[in-house]
Amino acid sequence: MSAPSTSRAAAGQGPAEPVLEVRDLSVTFGTRRGRAPVVVGLDLTVGAGETVAVVGESGSGKSVSMLAVVGLLPTPPAVVEGSVRLAGEEVLGAGAERLREMRGREVGMVFQDPMTSLNPVLTIGRQLTEGLEERLGMGRREARERAAEMLDLVGIREPQRRLDEYPHQFSGGMRQRVMIALGLSLDPKVLIADEPTTALDVTTQAQILDLVQDLQSRLGTAVVWVSHDLGVVAGIADRVLVMYSGEVVEEAGIDALFAAPRHPYTRGLLGALPVLGRARTELATIAGLPPDPLDRPPGCWFRPRCPSRLDDRCASMHPPLHDVAPGHRVRSFYEVSG
Amino acid sequence: MGRFVLRRTTQAVVVLFGVSLIVFALVQLVPGDPVRVSLGTRFDPETYAALRERSGLDRPLLQQYLSYVGGALTGDLGVSFRTGQPVTTTLTDRLPATLSLAGCSLLVALLVAVPLGIVSALRSGSLSDHVATVVSQVGVSIPDFWMAILLILLFSGVFGVLPPSGYEPLLEDPVGWASHMVLPAVTVGVVSGAILTRFIRAAVLEQLGQDHVRTARARGIKESLVLRRHVLRNALIPVITVTGVQLASLLGGVIVVEVIFAWPGLGRLTLDAVNARDYPVLQGAVMLFAALFLLVNLLVDLLYAAVDPRIRYAK
Amino acid sequence: MTVGGVPDSGPEQPGADAGPETEPGTPPAQASQRRQVLRALLSHKLAVFGLVVLALLLVVGVFGNTLAPYGPNELDVPNRLTGPSAQHPFGTDELGRDVLSRVMVAARLSLLVGAVAVGIALTLGVTLGLVAGFYGRWVDDAVMRVMDVLFAFPAILLAIAIVAVLGPNVVNAMIAIGIVYTPIFARVTRASVLTVREEVYVRAARSIGVGDLRLLRLHILPNVAAPIIVQTSLSLAFAILSETALSFLGLGVQPPDPSWGRMLFEGRGFVQQAWWMGVFPGAAIFLTVLAFNVVGDALRDALDPRQRSAIEARAGVSS
Repeated sequence: MSAPSTSRAAAGQGPAEPVLEVRDLSVTFGTRRGRAPVVVGLDLTVGAGETVAVVGESGSGKSVSMLAVVGLLPTPPAVVEGSVRLAGEEVLGAGAERLREMRGREVGMVFQDPMTSLNPVLTIGRQLTEGLEERLGMGRREARERAAEMLDLVGIREPQRRLDEYPHQFSGGMRQRVMIALGLSLDPKVLIADEPTTALDVTTQAQILDLVQDLQSRLGTAVVWVSHDLGVVAGIADRVLVMYSGEVVEEAGIDALFAAPRHPYTRGLLGALPVLGRARTELATIAGLPPDPLDRPPGCWFRPRCPSRLDDRCASMHPPLHDVAPGHRVRSFYEVSG
Repeated sequence: MGRFVLRRTTQAVVVLFGVSLIVFALVQLVPGDPVRVSLGTRFDPETYAALRERSGLDRPLLQQYLSYVGGALTGDLGVSFRTGQPVTTTLTDRLPATLSLAGCSLLVALLVAVPLGIVSALRSGSLSDHVATVVSQVGVSIPDFWMAILLILLFSGVFGVLPPSGYEPLLEDPVGWASHMVLPAVTVGVVSGAILTRFIRAAVLEQLGQDHVRTARARGIKESLVLRRHVLRNALIPVITVTGVQLASLLGGVIVVEVIFAWPGLGRLTLDAVNARDYPVLQGAVMLFAALFLLVNLLVDLLYAAVDPRIRYAK
Repeated sequence: MTVGGVPDSGPEQPGADAGPETEPGTPPAQASQRRQVLRALLSHKLAVFGLVVLALLLVVGVFGNTLAPYGPNELDVPNRLTGPSAQHPFGTDELGRDVLSRVMVAARLSLLVGAVAVGIALTLGVTLGLVAGFYGRWVDDAVMRVMDVLFAFPAILLAIAIVAVLGPNVVNAMIAIGIVYTPIFARVTRASVLTVREEVYVRAARSIGVGDLRLLRLHILPNVAAPIIVQTSLSLAFAILSETALSFLGLGVQPPDPSWGRMLFEGRGFVQQAWWMGVFPGAAIFLTVLAFNVVGDALRDALDPRQRSAIEARAGVSS
């Protein structure tokens, strides 16, 4: 994919109140075999207009944590603890009704699978105007016009005609554009995109990335982009959180992360990226699988797969997240040099 | 949409022809001479000759079949071996009783199943849900003729409030019609209701887990609206299909109930025809049942296409 | 460009209880799968109840004649129409026959008819389904059109019609019920074959020239076994129900052989004076059908949750 981009304007913006502030978020699932802590102690801060990427493999807890933030996890069997502040207001514990009000208006979401995320029996227009009428109190005609505007904004041609069409008449990439339009339709301050391009082909992926960047600069929306693919977020993120087995193992600005990753896991992730123009004999992968949340090893959870293991404490003590440079935190007892 | 309608209708017609072939073949399979077998001890040369003539059994098979089909299309289904009456008249006399029973039973079934199914799905996993599951299992397994006997025992015998059998036409005696309708409709309706409950529950549950419901919730739409517009509306589709199938099979399945309640319907007619070896009536009744069945299925498919746009636009 | 293999597929929610998973690409590990199935079955309390009833039924079916306290046609006219008592736990009918004994002996016939009918349906249906699913195209169309026509009839009606032609007796009832339930086996088999046919290992075998028959026997049949087993249990339930309905109408088991269905018919005539004549045979039918349904559903949960349930089967809906 593309090389790391130059720093964004966000780096120069003053610390206005963050649109999303997550502190010590934990999500535990009650299962037959016991309580599984799927997300542990997640901290995440998103400033206005910023793009933060949350990266990790399957089982890292990245999607679960985002669902927990907006209150879309079914609360039995999930137990969510911690603090989530949306636009300065504490929402966890504010009650389901308040959460519902915030959804869409303060925080929008785009989900992974555009095929199933749209209601197949309603027209695209209806799905767009529904939110506008119900949440913003718009009249039928006004809502329809706004819906057409949104479709135009996300790059769908002949928006008026397409409002009356059904999801199955759209291609995958276009459906995802509609999803983005839906996510942004109520003008939220932050958009959480949960693997929005995973189900799309590479070309469409690039188009969607461009679209989101473009919308961001126009609307000033902050974006949280969840992905398993560092390459995808390289072109769009300001900051990256790398998650492993439910916790953050490294957090840094995008350039710093690519230039000098400090955690062996991040290094592995970067090593697994193929680079255009550079010949390789084999794609490097990180052998093994993440641990079962019900049965994590003592000490550092990454240790069984870690190629370095440079500190004896790794085996018995759980490394804390600590600063190694301004804006760069790592969960490790040592640092690997990049 | 038009192409879809055309395709389905043609399909139904083709199947109907297939049915007519089978029905026709059935009589040919009867060992011996159908008219003679049918008359049995009432045999008398004149009646025999007349019936044979009327039924055209001397003619070659293909001609017989064609004239049968031709006759059917113009409303002539032959003459009853037992009564000599035109089959069509007999059928139309008995049709209302069966239709009204099937209709009322379905109504009972829906009244029970819709609320129960929806609530069961919304409270999935709870105690009431498990109880409902068990009750459905029971409902599906209960033989309707046994249930009929139990109900008769209870309501006609012990409580003595409802008549144990018989039928009153609606237009002549509405109250009588209603009181005679209750037990049979409940008998059939409860079993149907059990089936529908589980179906509705499954359909609603499936919708609740769908991604698009999550999308709607992610936009902060009120839960009641999510339920109404996104869950129930979509769950309607499979439910329509099942209800239709239920209705279609009810039309024929009420035979046993008709016998128990001495209901003057098509089912009992068919049975009498079987016992009396009255083949023309049997043929006609079976054809009518099949036609009704196909008609209901066709209507269900059309309704389905009206509700689900994906079907409408499919090739 | 992915890490460690598999790209994410939606929110990770571990701990959900999936049933025992049988990967389509590998032949099932027989022993451990059986153990899993057994465990799943036993954990279902209702299923245990069902199995117990079925075991009881089997015993009565096999040993009914010897276990019954009286002969099924043993008359005791002075004691006719007496209610449940110590000597006659289920009472006596209008000819003084012991209802309990009749119920027990009738069990055997009902089970027999059910088993044979389902056997017929299974043999015919699975063969047709295999052929239709495997060879496809016009063969598939032709076979399934015929099945559609059969499906166009409500089950009872078709059975009655067939018996009407063949003559009312037990054997014809078996044949009739067998024919009525053939389409459902054909459909279930065909559906399974269609999914399995496209599996990579089948294609691989084909590409190295493995013959059709061998392919069917070794690769396809074992994988369609699960839904067929479930369907068998469910169909047994409805076959028995159909048999009792036919007997009720006088078209199945003929007197003087006792049959649950016929006993109910006779009981109807005496419902006011002798409720036990109708209630007990009906209860026997009910429990039997319930047991088969419950076990069938439990089997489905254990083996193949995607298949239709007993409810769906009875509703006549195709998947």
